[in-house]
Amino acid sequence: MPSLKNVRRWLLPCAALPLAGCDTVLLRPSGDVAAQQGHLVVLSTLLMLLIIVPVIVVTLVFAWRYRQSNTDATYSPDWDHSIQLELVIWAAPLLIVIALGALTWISTHTLDPYRPLQRIDAQRRVPGATEPLNVEVVALDWKWLFVYPDQGVAVVNELAAPVDRPIRFRITAASVMNSFYIPALAGQIYAMPGMETTLHAVINRTGAYDGFSANYSGAGFSDMRFKFHGMSADDFDRWVQAAKAGGNTLSRDGYLQLERPSEREPVRRYGAVAPGLYDLVVNRCVVPGTMCMRNMKAAGPRGETGLARSVDAIARDPAMPSRAPVGAVCTAQAPFGATLSYAVRD
Amino acid sequence: MPFETDPTMSDHADPTKLVLGRLTWEAIPYHEPILLATFVAVALGGVAVFAALTYFRAWGPLWRDWITSIDHKKIGVMYIALGLVMLLRGFGDAIMMRAQQAIAFGGSMGYLPPHHYDQIFTAHGVIMIFFVAMPLVTGFMNFVVPLQIGARDVAFPFLNNFSFWMTASGAALVMMSLFVGEFARTGWLAYPPLSGLAYSPDVGVDYYIWSLQVAGVGTVLSGVNLIATIVKMRAPGMTLMKMPIFTWTALCTNILIVVAFPVLTAVLALLSLDRYVGTNFFTNDLGGNAMMYVNFIWIWGHPEVYILILPVFGIFSEVVATFCGKRLFGYASMVYATVVITILSYLVWLHHFFTMGSGASVNSFFGITTMIISIPTGAKIFNWLFTMYRGRIRFEVPMLWTIGFMITFVIGGMTGVLLAVPPADFVLHNSLFLIAHFHNVIIGGVVFGLMAGITYWFPKAFGFKLDPFWGKCSFWLWLTGFYFAFMPLYVLGLMGVTRRLSHFDDPSLQVWFQVAAFGAFLILLGIVSMIVQLGVSFVRRESLRDTTGDPWNGRTLEWSTSSPPPVYNFAFTPVVHDNDAWHDMKKRGYVRPLSGFIPIHMPKNTAAGFVLAVLSAACAFALIWHMWPLAMAAFAALVAATIVHTFNYGRDHHIPVDEVVRTEGMRTRALAGHV
Repeated sequence: MPSLKNVRRWLLPCAALPLAGCDTVLLRPSGDVAAQQGHLVVLSTLLMLLIIVPVIVVTLVFAWRYRQSNTDATYSPDWDHSIQLELVIWAAPLLIVIALGALTWISTHTLDPYRPLQRIDAQRRVPGATEPLNVEVVALDWKWLFVYPDQGVAVVNELAAPVDRPIRFRITAASVMNSFYIPALAGQIYAMPGMETTLHAVINRTGAYDGFSANYSGAGFSDMRFKFHGMSADDFDRWVQAAKAGGNTLSRDGYLQLERPSEREPVRRYGAVAPGLYDLVVNRCVVPGTMCMRNMKAAGPRGETGLARSVDAIARDPAMPSRAPVGAVCTAQAPFGATLSYAVRD
Repeated sequence: MPFETDPTMSDHADPTKLVLGRLTWEAIPYHEPILLATFVAVALGGVAVFAALTYFRAWGPLWRDWITSIDHKKIGVMYIALGLVMLLRGFGDAIMMRAQQAIAFGGSMGYLPPHHYDQIFTAHGVIMIFFVAMPLVTGFMNFVVPLQIGARDVAFPFLNNFSFWMTASGAALVMMSLFVGEFARTGWLAYPPLSGLAYSPDVGVDYYIWSLQVAGVGTVLSGVNLIATIVKMRAPGMTLMKMPIFTWTALCTNILIVVAFPVLTAVLALLSLDRYVGTNFFTNDLGGNAMMYVNFIWIWGHPEVYILILPVFGIFSEVVATFCGKRLFGYASMVYATVVITILSYLVWLHHFFTMGSGASVNSFFGITTMIISIPTGAKIFNWLFTMYRGRIRFEVPMLWTIGFMITFVIGGMTGVLLAVPPADFVLHNSLFLIAHFHNVIIGGVVFGLMAGITYWFPKAFGFKLDPFWGKCSFWLWLTGFYFAFMPLYVLGLMGVTRRLSHFDDPSLQVWFQVAAFGAFLILLGIVSMIVQLGVSFVRRESLRDTTGDPWNGRTLEWSTSSPPPVYNFAFTPVVHDNDAWHDMKKRGYVRPLSGFIPIHMPKNTAAGFVLAVLSAACAFALIWHMWPLAMAAFAALVAATIVHTFNYGRDHHIPVDEVVRTEGMRTRALAGHV
């Protein structure tokens, strides 16, 4: 579609012109995914303006022309029907919606956050053997934890990635719903406890960008912000090495400390991370001895074996914190699951 | 902690706690200056109203003519009065938010700490939707529908009174949270797990749940009532395709209400089970699933949007046809568009959470169904446009609101369709762009329509028109105020600013928030103009008097009776031959009958609705504060009062012929004096 591309090349800057004075990051982002989404915003708007502008103009024209004092204008008080006009009335929005619907279907699939990236930017495709950078994201009350499983480091309230390398975020939350959003990089996706979402993205320019939670999550929400650094590959390696050199370790206990509500946390880097921490968070079993949701599901078809073992393990664990275990079913002794877990805690 | 039991439950030995539950002096916010000042103002106002009612000996008439009234017109007026009073509260919240966001920059945290600010935005949303827009819309349907279909009242007059008082009780509970305890800090839809016991252990969410549950009973019953009224009580000759468009939209709206509101009731009931008895429907652990809540709440929430806008589309249709002096263009396609919107509104709910990780095909499906709704909506806009075409447009105040609506609403519609494109929504979801969008359609659509409706039907309700000068002031201030307040939010959304933030770091954003605050100030002046308009119109009521009953040269049946209409609406049930029934009657030289009157069978006033609603509110208040004995007593009284009411056999009476003759005679003299 060369003509459409031409139109876009000319019209996109024009549409953005009234906003030139301010930093509309959504329309001028630094990551390819956000850039495509920004284009889609502008393109859809232009498509709809095809019908919106005439409607506004015609409303004003009719209002003026058929004002009561203008006795020159035709007055047909009983004219209320016209098959041709009604066809146009229904067909015009229909055509726009067909065009926009096609655009929606295609763009929703190509920009599906679960879908691994095909391109680095408009010109470059992702080379065949590229392994994306894995980042595990945990939204906490009220700060962000980023774990780099391949590098073995973790950071609180700071995120970094090399430019032009696809990133795969796996995202969850510890307590309530948040939304992981770096406008310059890519659209947001929710971070939800006990669930995992995925986002694929790439940053194309070095720089420090704003990231934050885009879903209200309680008292400390407004300060739940962090910087996302797009870096050269070398700088990124140095950044990882610096975190490793710091010598801090994020253990399961350390995570449980970190999980407690706090606001305006400074950036904190960890050179080592408890193995599988992120999966424990998703499965809500960071507390030693609690049953993981994964196993809870697995225990179902296999009878009570899995549960019995885990409850047994909890009961024997003298260091069991006063946090109730995940996992309880109705048994003959304890008809209500909740009662069972109270009993175990006490 | 997810498994913390409530200490008051196991503390029944303490008699104070047994009676008062969680309520202590700590719950009264006398240490918060803003709330204290508000309380003093409300208390003084309350004392003044009380004194005035006593001085003018108005308690009796108030009780007999309003509180216990089953007259649909009075109930409609009370709904609208409730909506306008709550508008002041909801707008007070709005202007506090705009002020906070305009000053809380850099190091400044503004004047509202998060604890307070978070309650304000939650209360603003809840109040504006449930206790402003809903009562106003229901009020119009109550007042107008029976008059438009030539009926003497609704199908179930007692139920109507009960519905109103349940809505008012819900509103009272929300207002109570201002001074006793606090409101929810969860956002207006109270998503769990944030709204669960683990993260919101105090009374805020319980106020939220019970005020909506109590009001919800009223809303559903009023929906049943109006459906029955429209289906069963139309004047002879008024087939479905001869119904006025407003009645059509009211029918579709009430179908939406009856189907959607039980979902809200159910989901809030599940949330209360989580909070009161320790179930785990929406908790993080033990198999709870918060996504289920999000789905349920939006399966109610999206139809709710159309519950608000459809009747308003009906208002605009009436206003356009009347003030263009022309039949509504494309009546049949208007009806089909309404019905199509009604059905489609159930197929779009997921567009509120594209960003929660659904697959691409699911997101596309819901995106495209959302866009499809814009087709019938667009058809409606064109129908109004072509009603103006070759009309004789009188720019009375209702018509100004309508033109303001047509221009503003299409912009909101456009940004709405934009948000329906999932990848675009990924960048705009929860941003101030979204806030701008839905205020664009709710203010530019619902509020403008309600204002048009108030101006249009006010003379019918009270017998005199509203002063047009102050009406125009109000219109222009609202219109410009809206653009100043919300266009900057579109821009801020594109700058990546999200909603519900109580303070900001980036100083370059501040100017936009200041412009928005200025817009809110203009809207404030618009509201003040409306209040002045009511006062001025009352003072000048003799010169604004409507003696004909048809001040706008109307087209539908409500304009065929006097202003205000007699209790029985119509001495003789009209016979309908055309969809603009009154216009048709005028054209064919209709002569008002002056003799042959017979006694008119009418329902009788009852206090039962008011009593039941007060008991419901008491029960809800007790449940909120865990006052178990009071809750049980109130519930027992509720059941008892219901049973007692079933033994009330004196529910109807006949208006004697003499009285009908006298009333109609006055109308005859008024019409003669006018000519």
